[in-house]
Amino acid sequence: MSANSSNDELMGRNKPPPLFFSSRRFAVGSAASAAVLAACGSAPGTTTGGASAPATTGNAIELSHWYHQYGEEGTQQAAIRYAEEYSKIKPNVKVTVEWTPGDYGAKLNAALLTPEGPDVFEFSGPILDLVNAGQVADLTDIYGDARSDFNEIGLQANTVGDRLYGVKMIDDMGLLYYRKSLLEPAGIAPPTTLDELGAAIQALNTGQTKGFFMGNDGGVGVMGDMLLWSSGHEYLKDNKPDFNSDATVAAFKKGQEFLAANSGAILSGAPTDWWDPSAFTQNLTAMQWTGLWAMPGIRDAIGDDFGVMPWPAIGAGEGRPATFWGGWSQYANAKRPNVEAAKEYIKWLWIDNTDIQKDWSLAYGFHVPPRKSAAASAEPLKTGPAAEAVTILNQYGRPLFPNWTGAMGTAWGDAVNNILKNNADPKAELDAAAQKVQAELDKQA
Amino acid sequence: MSVQSVPTSTAAHASRQRRRQLRTTLAFWGFVGPLFLGLIVFTYIPVLWGFVLSFFEAKRTVTPTTFVGLENYLTLFRDRAFIQSLITVALFALFIVPATTALALGLALLVNSITRGQTFFRSVFFIPTACSYVVASLVWKLNIFNGLPFGLANMVLYQFGQDPIVWIGPPNPPWYWLVLVSVRLWLQVGFYMILFLAGLQEIPRSLYEAAYVDGASGGWTTFRNITFPLLRNTTAAVVVLNIIAAFQAFDEFINILSGTGSSNINLARPPLVYLYGIAIGSQDFGLGTAGAFILAAIIIGITLLQNRFFAFGREERA
Repeated sequence: MSANSSNDELMGRNKPPPLFFSSRRFAVGSAASAAVLAACGSAPGTTTGGASAPATTGNAIELSHWYHQYGEEGTQQAAIRYAEEYSKIKPNVKVTVEWTPGDYGAKLNAALLTPEGPDVFEFSGPILDLVNAGQVADLTDIYGDARSDFNEIGLQANTVGDRLYGVKMIDDMGLLYYRKSLLEPAGIAPPTTLDELGAAIQALNTGQTKGFFMGNDGGVGVMGDMLLWSSGHEYLKDNKPDFNSDATVAAFKKGQEFLAANSGAILSGAPTDWWDPSAFTQNLTAMQWTGLWAMPGIRDAIGDDFGVMPWPAIGAGEGRPATFWGGWSQYANAKRPNVEAAKEYIKWLWIDNTDIQKDWSLAYGFHVPPRKSAAASAEPLKTGPAAEAVTILNQYGRPLFPNWTGAMGTAWGDAVNNILKNNADPKAELDAAAQKVQAELDKQA
Repeated sequence: MSVQSVPTSTAAHASRQRRRQLRTTLAFWGFVGPLFLGLIVFTYIPVLWGFVLSFFEAKRTVTPTTFVGLENYLTLFRDRAFIQSLITVALFALFIVPATTALALGLALLVNSITRGQTFFRSVFFIPTACSYVVASLVWKLNIFNGLPFGLANMVLYQFGQDPIVWIGPPNPPWYWLVLVSVRLWLQVGFYMILFLAGLQEIPRSLYEAAYVDGASGGWTTFRNITFPLLRNTTAAVVVLNIIAAFQAFDEFINILSGTGSSNINLARPPLVYLYGIAIGSQDFGLGTAGAFILAAIIIGITLLQNRFFAFGREERA
């Protein structure tokens, strides 16, 4: 039974997808789901949209549009609906939506090596390698006046040199969810420092219901980024590694102490991972780190019995709260024959059509629309925890950089693991990773 | 008439033979051709192509232009994570190879010694071999060694008054090795047991009878002096196949230790998992293929080395 349901989980059937990946996680996660996908023996579902488009002659253009599998119900139908709408406006263009359960990253990467890849695709991650390999088309000219309406972080994620290669579709973020009904009676305030978080975890742990959940790796994957950002530093600054400063080293030492003191009260080995709110809604944990995308599902399950906050600061007056600012963007495959038609379609869908952008961000799971105007007018994000989340994102959200490549992600991830799992010396590990990252940066220059 | 008819019938005979030969040839290529073609297209060409790629900088392309010589190989030799992955897999092999061999041999001896129900037990122990690594890994990870109190292993512990254990995740104590090792043992012991059974049935009964006549007692004495020496070829085969399989470890590691967003995979990352991340994850095919050739070289080296010690694959001397 449990094998079965988790199979679904791994195949992404009911998972709000992790919309923020370090490349390392992307790679490793991909690998796992690839294997699972192979085991399930099911071909990725292909669904045709735009079937209602009037038959056209000779000059008909066919575009294939790839999505990874969003977990939220109704997303696939919505994607097909958008494609069909486009065919009504442009009868000579037929868009085929390809919905990819499982290992989207590996399938996309393989397809991009061939001439038969998708015309339009979404991607979440650093794009420098894609740009250098000539796999994505320059989209600077389709932005027009709308450029200033996109938030800076979305633009930055898609900028290489002075050109824009992608259009942000949705912004995503992580949140620390807590059960009000468990914290309030115990007199526990939402923790604002790592020490307070530790104390809350200890107080809330009952054995059956653990204090906190941030992933089946014990939270190491999540904590690495959060410790870095909450120490006030970044992966890169001025194109140099910025993660081996004294403040970050101190933060990691604090992180080691935090795990040593609290890991017994932190949930691990749950049926689903941190991106899925099941552990939280099923009372396996009193607090959980997961995404804004999960909020509608959490509300359905437990009503208003939850609050949200960012990852706490390192200490009082030390560091700052943090969360990630991730999401997905849309790209045109530069190696396909109909690049211009693909660009036009992307412009219609993700630049001109604010109704669709809001529908995609708000009608299924929760995401923040990357257009400032759309975000400002998004009713569901104006009240309650969702509104708090948007404030947290704008205040504390930290982005990925386009040139933070997979090799750098691996170096960083290995260092984080050695520090937090094997209690290695933070200074030595972070310096070694910085050296590796600098070598990669030198190659880029 | 008859003089003339002889060459005619010889000619007819010859042409019949040619036709038959042609049919045989056609049948041969009809059966072998597709397989051969598949082997060339899906194995030999990619291997050769991969070898070429390993000397190029091939990021996000399989038709690279920047020749870098041995740079990719040198990068890997200097890469602490890659060296660590080789150490990880060596330790894994050091444990899994003797364990599999001993268990398979033990099972084979037991199954061979019973007179009734041999077929039944043979099948029972062999069936796990037919199970996919992925399926078994998921059952191990999510059902048996689930970290929650209602996981199977934890329910058993509870019966003995023990606290539940988070099997996969914490580095100390390294329970995850128990999960990784037990799933592979369950999956592969049956197969090697069959090899040993075949070996056992090759041993002439007369040798045992002669030994008994000479006053040897059964059990350990005959095992040490007859059974085990005569199983030398089988044992060597089992050990070599096992080592190769161990160095190619991938499926259970990636399925048990990693999941989306989880970094447990860093606990025990064999080279194939690391290289998969480089080639498929980061799309650096040059570095990935270079690593694959280093690993292939190691496996070939070990196989040749065993040849010196066990002589498996060498001609049997009369």
